Amino acid sequence: MKDREAACLSGQWFDVEGGADMAERNSGLSVPPSVRGVDRNLDTSSHAAAIDVRNMNFYYGEHQVLFDISLMVPERSVTALIGPSGCGKSTFLRTLNRMNDLVEGTKCTGECLVEGQNIMDPAVDVVLLRKHVGMVFQKSTPFPKSIFDNVAYGPRVAGEKNRSVLADLVESCLRKAALWEEVRDRLHTSAMALSGGQQQRLCIARTLATNPRIILMDEPASALDPASTDRIENLIGELCANYTIVIVTHNMQQASRVSHQTAFFFKGHLVECGPTMQIFTSPSEKQTEDYITGRFG
Amino acid sequence: MPSWATRRIHRRHETFIQWALFVCAALSVLTTAAIIFVLLSNAVYAPGSKVAFFERVSLAEFLTSTQWKPRDGEGGQFGIWPLLSGTFLVAFIASAVSIPAGLGAAIYMSEYAHPREREWLKPVLEILAGIPSVVFGFFALKFITPWILKPLLQWLGMDVAVFNSLSAGIVVGIMVTPLIASLSEDVIRSVPRSLREAAFALGSTRFDVSARVVVPAALSGILASFLLAFSRAVGETMAVAIAAGGNPLLTLNPLRGSQTMTGFMVHASTGDSAADSISRMSMYAVGITLFVITLAINLLSGWIMRRFREVYQ
Repeated sequence: MKDREAACLSGQWFDVEGGADMAERNSGLSVPPSVRGVDRNLDTSSHAAAIDVRNMNFYYGEHQVLFDISLMVPERSVTALIGPSGCGKSTFLRTLNRMNDLVEGTKCTGECLVEGQNIMDPAVDVVLLRKHVGMVFQKSTPFPKSIFDNVAYGPRVAGEKNRSVLADLVESCLRKAALWEEVRDRLHTSAMALSGGQQQRLCIARTLATNPRIILMDEPASALDPASTDRIENLIGELCANYTIVIVTHNMQQASRVSHQTAFFFKGHLVECGPTMQIFTSPSEKQTEDYITGRFG
Repeated sequence: MPSWATRRIHRRHETFIQWALFVCAALSVLTTAAIIFVLLSNAVYAPGSKVAFFERVSLAEFLTSTQWKPRDGEGGQFGIWPLLSGTFLVAFIASAVSIPAGLGAAIYMSEYAHPREREWLKPVLEILAGIPSVVFGFFALKFITPWILKPLLQWLGMDVAVFNSLSAGIVVGIMVTPLIASLSEDVIRSVPRSLREAAFALGSTRFDVSARVVVPAALSGILASFLLAFSRAVGETMAVAIAAGGNPLLTLNPLRGSQTMTGFMVHASTGDSAADSISRMSMYAVGITLFVITLAINLLSGWIMRRFREVYQ
């Protein structure tokens, strides 16, 4: 019992049932159960590559922040990007739908194939790319419009005007984002009145409405309370059956709960990438082990 | 309680500073009160031997008569409508010019312009705001009317008077464009960057982001800037007095001359009629009308600001 309390206090809240190996637990190399829908033993080798990054270098002005990153994301799976603050994981995520184009003075070299198409090619239409590769941000960003208009935003921008088509789409996206039951009676009230967790699920529904194949999530739950975080994680478990998800997270337990594949970034380098179970139980790099056992970061 | 905490020190300079600051605040309130007093004491009720404007002309005549002939003695007619029509005609033309131009400039500076471009665009706009309004008046009279309006309208088969409301409205519009551009740009820029990124991430073009997200999110401030500009246009004096002339006609024809409320007040206060004559006193009645109108517009703009403001965390 003492042990258990100590474990709780040290933040190692995870389940000790079944007499997990004491030595393993003490070294910190133990993995919490995954959320429903995420089978961490899934063999993704047969999955096609949704994203295939090759030798990517990224610069803010003269300052290089990503060094020779090569990473493959299998389709219909969750890839978690972990690493200490400032390691470049968010910057990397934002290159995947060219959000960094909006920042002055950035430069990116190498290749980034999204379903076989190199998106760094200047001929690529970023507007179409971003419909295909959606993004959810750390801070929920509902537009100051009604809940309905928020979800209908993407389809409307794409030219959809038919009211009943939009209504069906809004309902199905809100259902997929597990928000429909809570808001069905107030679709036309302001989205700003929703709670933080609801706003974030609304943002996910809004992203789904553009019918993307890939969803990028930049610390989607880091500003939420535990219950809301739990709902977002379960949602990721449901969505990964149909969508490819890349999630940046500071929370290593979250990474281990929701992802099939984990990539560890450190100081702009991709240190290690592999199946989540392997990264969290027997990482091959010392730096990865030090990070996930909490020795730094 | 220990004695060091209870001994009361009289800090004289604190009291002095408080009083000095109070006087500063009171000064503007007192000025407003004094202006209202002067207007009322000449227009509604005059103490002593003077006779106030509304003691000679009924409020009903002032509000219903359609003639403005501010003469002393026989034949004087004091209906505010010709001045109101002139004022609003010019102000609406000015809004038609300044709202698209000002909002467009604001959106361009905030959403499209390269930071370096913005660095020189904004000061140039502010130079425009610094040009004295007399200059704008002559610009309308000597350039816009003869060189732009006259050929253009002749080509359309119409004629334009030397003094006309259209040229006055256009220059007032040019004058208040920087006001709208600057105020709108401030509120547009205060829309959080995260909102724009979210819109871009949903596959928006730059125009979608501006028109569907940023402008609606900043709408309260933008509307307030329109109203403020309208109220400036209503109150604008010199440019209008020069460009539109001094003929109080009840007309909505922008190609003819007109007189605005402010234009009449300049005319009356510089005229040579006696200080207590009715033609001079009518200036105060017009002043009150103008005061009430601009006050109403400003209150409306404040209400819009509060009612439609979006609060971002």
